[in-house]
Amino acid sequence: MDITPSLLALQLVTGIALGAIYALLALGLSLIFGMLTVVNFAHGAFFMVGAFVGLYFMGLTGNFWFSLVLTPLVVGAIGLVTERFLVRPLYGRGIDYPLLLTFGLSWVLIEAMRILFGIEGMPSSTPPALRGAVDLGIGFFPKYRLFLIVATAVVVLALWLFLEKTRYGLIVRAGSRDGEICRVLGIDIARVWLAVFGIGCAIAGLSGVLAAPTRAVNPEMGIHVLAESFVVTVVGGMGSLVGAVVAGLLVGVVFAMTSLFAPDLAELSIFVLMAVVLLLRPQGLFGKAGLMG
Amino acid sequence: MTAAIALIRRHRVAAVILFLLVFPLLMPYQALAINILIFGLFAVGYNLLFGYTGLLSFGHAAFLGVGSYLTGIGMVHLGLHWLPALLLGVASAALAGVLIGWLAIRTRGIYFAMVTLALAQIVYYAFYKAEHWTGGENGLRGIQVPSIELAGFKLDFLNPTTKYYVILLFVAAALWFVSRLLASPFGAVIEAVRENEQRAAACGYDVARTKLLVFVISAALCGLAGSLRALHLSVVPIDSLHYLLSGQAVMMCLLGGMGTFFGPFVGAAVFLTLEDVVTTMTSHWMAVVGTVFMVFVLYFPAGLWGTLVRRIDKASS
Repeated sequence: MDITPSLLALQLVTGIALGAIYALLALGLSLIFGMLTVVNFAHGAFFMVGAFVGLYFMGLTGNFWFSLVLTPLVVGAIGLVTERFLVRPLYGRGIDYPLLLTFGLSWVLIEAMRILFGIEGMPSSTPPALRGAVDLGIGFFPKYRLFLIVATAVVVLALWLFLEKTRYGLIVRAGSRDGEICRVLGIDIARVWLAVFGIGCAIAGLSGVLAAPTRAVNPEMGIHVLAESFVVTVVGGMGSLVGAVVAGLLVGVVFAMTSLFAPDLAELSIFVLMAVVLLLRPQGLFGKAGLMG
Repeated sequence: MTAAIALIRRHRVAAVILFLLVFPLLMPYQALAINILIFGLFAVGYNLLFGYTGLLSFGHAAFLGVGSYLTGIGMVHLGLHWLPALLLGVASAALAGVLIGWLAIRTRGIYFAMVTLALAQIVYYAFYKAEHWTGGENGLRGIQVPSIELAGFKLDFLNPTTKYYVILLFVAAALWFVSRLLASPFGAVIEAVRENEQRAAACGYDVARTKLLVFVISAALCGLAGSLRALHLSVVPIDSLHYLLSGQAVMMCLLGGMGTFFGPFVGAAVFLTLEDVVTTMTSHWMAVVGTVFMVFVLYFPAGLWGTLVRRIDKASS
């Protein structure tokens, strides 16, 4: 196999597209953790639900864009219900309990999808408008992969604008730094937490519907993705949104490049990356020292 | 009544072993009893780390799997006798514990759960790919143990009842070891680490070394459970290393009662019996077990046995 520059560039784009999905997932995880100090073990399950719901809406309406907008809303709504009735009673009980609860929830979600859509999963394909390849001079790149990168960039930008430039974003940032003072200032922090959890899950659902055309959609798809999101979070630093994006892209590229040169080691490579980061900088590339390691 | 309870407390190992001796008579069939025994040990090993030291690991399937696979590899590829193979399994699991623990201990709190999960995935992928040794997706087959020679007696290992009592021998030894460990000064130190790490460090205990030591011991115990499982099933399925099995250890400990001696066994028994019963009624047992687990996390965090122990404590004080 000839390693031409165009092949490298193509693999790089594939890696960045894969990394875009990882970045979105890690963003949702970090957002929820940074704000609520809750590790959402059901994050992979929400990703999977997003993929299924997205395909369902696509099948129903035939319109990808419609499904792209509606799916995060649906998954976000499930997230809202989860926070309000399952996670909220556990605040104050210790950091492990919401983790355990969301783990149990992931089992229920996986089975729910099996009941609704069958154990085989659903066939997925690229939406007609985004099929084919685009010639960018150095080679032909799949349209859908480019779309993924652009879509993720848009979401990250929107999230950044929301957090940095809006009043509600200011409350979210303040709440993650010190919830108690926010309460003292008269802000209903419980509602903020509810909203953030919902947003985090919505982003997970969005990454699911975006990723659906690129992989097999079955009830078990969230399990591997969860481990991979944890790798991204450890590499980037838990609670850091910049870290989530950078680490997500890094992990995606590492995976894609390793697939090119040593396909058997591709899955292992990202865990080795995590081990190296743990050895050299346990708090992650952008994490705060002392908080978690 | 209080005197009886105090007596059981003081001789908890004997009490548990006595119960386990008659346990097969309570179970509809032996295979379930053997499974509960093996997974009970798995949960006890895990509980040492989770319930007593307060470290939530999500990668303990790695140690069960390593124990199973290395015992299997020892017998199938290296031609070892069953006992050396079992010891190989335990030793390998302990070694895996050293490697994974050393990396994981560098992190704290929630990171620990994520890191152990990710590191266990490395083990999963590694064993999955090493098809020549492990059989890859099909698992390791051909672990033949038709008979076992113990103290001059030739026992038919294929007989489920005999199998149960042979496995009970090892589980009883492990339980005795755990009980001694918990009653020792080291046992007090690990509980101190769980309650308040900084205070334990201020009292002069090497917290990192304590955590690593507990991690390795826990790994060895889970490895023993894995070795016994390999001998029991005669195959090692690739699922032995899967993250869902790690989750099962957590569930069993919580359902039974973390931080109690007998709790994990109760948890394992409840979990496996529930799985057995529910699968006959519906194929959606994951949803049922997941819901039960969530109910316990929300309303009975001390677990079945743990809540019972607390009630007894409250009544007798």
